Amino acid sequence: MEWLQQLVNGISLGSIYALIALGYTMVYGIIKLINFAHGDVFMLGAFIGFYAIARWDMGFFPALIISMVVCAIIGVIIERVAYKRLRNATRIAALITAIGVSLLIEYTVIFFRGASPEAYPGVLPNKSISILGANISTQSIFILGVTIVLMILLQFIVHKTKIGKAMRAVSHDADAARLMGINVDNTISATFAIGSALAGAAGVIFGVYYTKIDPLMGVLPGLKAFVAAVLGGIGSIPGAMVGGLVLGVVETVVSALGYSLWRDAAAFVILILILILKPSGIFGKNAREKV
Amino acid sequence: MAQKGSLKRFSSIFLASSLIVGALAGCSSSEGGTSPASGGASEGESSEVIKIGANLELSGAVASYGSSIATGAELAVEDINAAGGIDGKKIELIKVDNKSENSEATAAAIKLATQDKVAAMIGPATSGNMLATVQISNDNKIPVVGAAATAPNVTENEDGSINDYAFRTCFIDPFQGIVAANFATGELGAKNVAIYADNSSDYAKGLAASFKEQIEANGGKVVAEEAYVAKDTDFKSTLTRLKSAGAEFIFIPGYYEEVGLIVKQARELGIDVPLMGADGWDSPTLVELAGAEALNNTFITNHYSSNDPDEKIQSFVEAFKAKHNEAPNAFHALGYDTVFYIKDAIERAGSTDGEAIQKALAETTDLNLITGTFSVDEKHNPVKTATVLEFVDGNQTFNSKVNP
Repeated sequence: MEWLQQLVNGISLGSIYALIALGYTMVYGIIKLINFAHGDVFMLGAFIGFYAIARWDMGFFPALIISMVVCAIIGVIIERVAYKRLRNATRIAALITAIGVSLLIEYTVIFFRGASPEAYPGVLPNKSISILGANISTQSIFILGVTIVLMILLQFIVHKTKIGKAMRAVSHDADAARLMGINVDNTISATFAIGSALAGAAGVIFGVYYTKIDPLMGVLPGLKAFVAAVLGGIGSIPGAMVGGLVLGVVETVVSALGYSLWRDAAAFVILILILILKPSGIFGKNAREKV
Repeated sequence: MAQKGSLKRFSSIFLASSLIVGALAGCSSSEGGTSPASGGASEGESSEVIKIGANLELSGAVASYGSSIATGAELAVEDINAAGGIDGKKIELIKVDNKSENSEATAAAIKLATQDKVAAMIGPATSGNMLATVQISNDNKIPVVGAAATAPNVTENEDGSINDYAFRTCFIDPFQGIVAANFATGELGAKNVAIYADNSSDYAKGLAASFKEQIEANGGKVVAEEAYVAKDTDFKSTLTRLKSAGAEFIFIPGYYEEVGLIVKQARELGIDVPLMGADGWDSPTLVELAGAEALNNTFITNHYSSNDPDEKIQSFVEAFKAKHNEAPNAFHALGYDTVFYIKDAIERAGSTDGEAIQKALAETTDLNLITGTFSVDEKHNPVKTATVLEFVDGNQTFNSKVNP
């Protein structure tokens, strides 16, 4: 039953990648910017959740919601301050700004609290249940449940609400959307808010699941989530979910075969292969050049 | 900065006064503990304080080790000064933060050697950072004594030559690996063992190698050997692999940041066999990360235990608790011992000259300290006992002592 256990391990890891990847893909879909500061919003989310639980004695759900709300606000601030004025600049300028914002967030946090790690308090009951020989912790089931609920909520927002319709319209053609009377700036801000809220939620979930958080924790998961988004087809929301899960399972399989030191390399080999063989990703549409 | 300015002013006053006092050599035991020694080896002889540098990890990844050593060393300096200092001279401890980084450790060593002109230095806590300071010590002929740098190559180079000015208060890695292997096959009766080592640290790789050698010598079998790298957070897939390999005992040399997560995730996967590590596990953060329950049935080899019934240890524990409201960990004890090791050498050398102290350090025999009685061997390593500790509900409890 080793394989079932490994599959469970992979899905747990993958669902965290998927939550972060959603934010990447939504932002890319709407303004064609790879927001490298996204991994750091994830880190901020983890710390906000940590302080909510450890300092203000909140439960898991209040902490999750506070973290999502604060991250949404931070996401909007980042967009308004750093990216908005670069909307008509070259893509590379915006990309480099994103890297700058990322470093700014990381080192501001280090400045205020130091670089030492923090241990997440156990807010969820943690028991192992044995199913067909695989040990699944109640925590990981719970976390998977929260992740699925958040994804369904996102699908609902994107497909059934007015703001979701506006987001889809802006991502399709921003100029046409503006002509139709859609407030493009607000729609972009809303996209950042939703994406950052998901990153904040992923941060709290990561903290509860893996216990250790530190100011540079967002870097590697951020890059992995980027790979997941590209794998699924950047700009595609179902693609980000599937990409995240596939990446989590692939990494687990690589470790399970005894190549644990190659695990991170495997993720980036996937990125290279996807970019060479199918740049549009699993769910990506072949982009037509607009003339 | 303000303090530096006043130090300079004191220094010039002191220089002037030392011209007068210098004639009356030997009568220099003044009560003023604040006046710093003037620079230079010649004045060093008649100075009223003996400066000892402490190049430690006070922030960064392994801040827990460095700050514990600093706390222990401070207590030792207070005790020595309260008892009249070294031959009537007070000790002044100059702490420099190396931020847990190699390059910063080198810079700190240069500062201590050339600006502060210390008589001897307490070296960084980890072997990698300690190595970055050894050359500076050799060049400036100022001994550096590592409190917890356990890698063999800190004192002995690959070609077998000895770094003359590098010493340590702790035992070395191969010894910890051997103790762990003997404990696994002896006390626990394990035959099939696994190793899960931090591949990014020389410390962990050294421990894993000596453990493996000793296990095989004891007739045991290493059924799986896996590795991780520092900063990893997900160990479940590799642990699942170790579980299905049928290991009865897993040896996990590494540092507390990752080990805490490994222990937690191992227990979640239903791995309930004994886990064992070494002094890299010794941090309160480990208990926070892994959780007290998960740490049951885990063991570490360490330099000392605060639960050791030995009288000398208990009086140290009492004194430490009275001041800091917590039981001292091994790094506190090693920091404390390192200052006494240096003090003993300076006393026997009868001077603060680097070469004389170096000679005295190398000739140390049967020095009775908190972490055991030791003599220094020809490779500048202390020959001393190791303690095996067991985690019970998050507390380290004394299990047994192992002689070299």
